[in-house]
Amino acid sequence: MHVVFFLIAALTLGGALAAVLLKNTVHCALAVTLAFLGHALLFLRLDAQFAGFAQILIYIGAVAILVVFAILLTRGSEAPASGIFSKTWLLGLLIAAAVFAVLGWSIIESARALAVDSAAPQVTVHDIGVALVGRYVLPLEIVALLLTAATIGAVIVALHEKERPR
Amino acid sequence: MASTSAVTGADQIFILLRDWLVHLLPSALRPAASVVLGAIAIVAVFPGLFALTTVFERKGLGRMQNRLGPNRVGPYGFFQPIADGIKALTKEDVVPFRADAMVHFLAPLVLLVTVFMGFAVLPVGRNMQLVDMDSGLLFFFAMGAATELSVFMAGWSSRNKYSMLGAMRAVAQMISYEVALLLSSVTVVMIAGSLSLTEIVDAQNQYTGIFPHWYIFTPWGLASFLMFSIAATAETNRSPFDLPEGESEIVAGYHTEYSGFKFAIFFVAEYLAMFALSGMGATLFLGGWSAPLKFLGFIPSWIWFFLKVMCAIFIFIWMRGTLPRLRQDQLMNFAWKFALPFTLLNLLVTALWRFMGAGWLRWVVCAAILAGAYVFMGRMGMHRKHIGPRSYRYAE
Amino acid sequence: MGFASPLAAYLLVAALLFAIGLAGALTRRNAILVLIGIELMLNAANLNFIAFWRYGPHPNPDSLTGMMFAIFSIAVAAAEAAVGLGLVISIYRHAKTTDLDRINRMKG
Repeated sequence: MHVVFFLIAALTLGGALAAVLLKNTVHCALAVTLAFLGHALLFLRLDAQFAGFAQILIYIGAVAILVVFAILLTRGSEAPASGIFSKTWLLGLLIAAAVFAVLGWSIIESARALAVDSAAPQVTVHDIGVALVGRYVLPLEIVALLLTAATIGAVIVALHEKERPR
Repeated sequence: MASTSAVTGADQIFILLRDWLVHLLPSALRPAASVVLGAIAIVAVFPGLFALTTVFERKGLGRMQNRLGPNRVGPYGFFQPIADGIKALTKEDVVPFRADAMVHFLAPLVLLVTVFMGFAVLPVGRNMQLVDMDSGLLFFFAMGAATELSVFMAGWSSRNKYSMLGAMRAVAQMISYEVALLLSSVTVVMIAGSLSLTEIVDAQNQYTGIFPHWYIFTPWGLASFLMFSIAATAETNRSPFDLPEGESEIVAGYHTEYSGFKFAIFFVAEYLAMFALSGMGATLFLGGWSAPLKFLGFIPSWIWFFLKVMCAIFIFIWMRGTLPRLRQDQLMNFAWKFALPFTLLNLLVTALWRFMGAGWLRWVVCAAILAGAYVFMGRMGMHRKHIGPRSYRYAE
Repeated sequence: MGFASPLAAYLLVAALLFAIGLAGALTRRNAILVLIGIELMLNAANLNFIAFWRYGPHPNPDSLTGMMFAIFSIAVAAAEAAVGLGLVISIYRHAKTTDLDRINRMKG
């Protein structure tokens, strides 16, 4: 059980690290796909089947594709001569390390209080559907509105500034 | 369902065979062994079907184009796939000098794995499903979405403008039509009330008199099925949506720089995706493995499933022999200006169908809305479009 | 690692992922990679939600909350990616670069 968990965690973290460190931007995008896949597998290990498959469908099927399209449209696949990290990279790294130190410390400190193990919750897709249109119907509507707004917004933002004559 | 033991025997023969084989093993290994046997069956059957289909396709296309097709290897040319396989295996594997070797190598593998994964949830017969997942449909589409990335990997890593153009076309097309594909499947989920493919088939495996309750025999189901078929054709990059590999424009699209066995993998994956989507279409709208008429129920369920799939494959081949290739703007216009609004409207119609209750009224209302929308949107699409002999600027 | 609780292991992985995403978002030059870093951070948060959902007290009336939050968060992240990348493309069209160190003018 632990071996599988460590393998998936290594896959996820390795993908994430590669996405942050690699030179070629397309490689970064492919590496982050690996991290998304690892996430989905972690969700599956946590008995969240629906969320895991939704993660694959949305992150690998849509977000990763969007990212590679954006990279190609901005001709950004080659690393610039001035380096891939910004001038203030040390500060950023310090902030990230500090955040991880705080998070890790609090988790380890509270590890004793956390639940040891419990039975997997029996949640079917049917339950999720009923909850979505029952208890969580307002968030659902807001997400629908947000997605519509985002679709329209993305089209407008990426629209040509001047309409070319056909 | 009442059925005699002989019928059940023929129907469940593969399940019985699997159980018998599994029982030869110690009990600790049995669950794993049964899954492995199922996976082996999938990996054996569908590529076998692929080999058969290539011959049928080439012979069928030949017949449509008034020629013979392959007829040299074996009786009537039926051993042609073996010759093709040997050829693919013995060819030199060429990797372009500038190519991104790692990604170039991984792309066909990722494609094949994700395509095969889709079969895991497909019920090919009564009880014949590798894993019966609660969210099987979602899994299927998640795997379908993952193939897009491998197409991009293949095109990008080749460092060839034709590969890149083909990959961009393919990905743009697959994303656009995936919307229609998903939205037309959602109607079935709305009526069946489940994402589990077993339950979707069970919901259709009922009969009024001798006629089955397939979803295609409802107004919304017919509309969904047509949209699903068109989207599936586009999703598998088949003619008339084969722009990503339009050989007259961009050589062979994203697999231009692949040769030998890696090219064969792309070829196999295309056909496997066709089988998977045909099987999914049959499961969602044509009752999966259920018999088309009640008294035909004595024929084993898996025969019905594969018959339905092969009919769909024949239609794929027929379309390839009949229709010319679309232009990119026509392709995109159809996806976003016709298929998307029409499938969205179909969702509303399905909801109407669900809540109008049984009776003839809902048939009339739903059919009228869909037919009206079809005619209206078709007219809108053709609006101010001049149809007639085209004039070419360079030819004037 | 001798964790008594599997929850702690998941939380640590999520914390590490969050830190990696944050580091990526703060140190990379390319605007698209900054977005990737943000996506990683969102994912790490989702992992926390799902982990708490899995090891939370069951059954209780709120037993679906963690799962729901993750699902909504995935939907919002998709919208965020679409808008973010649309902005990046728009900026690229304007400034001819996606290098964040060089996009330093507020005047068009």
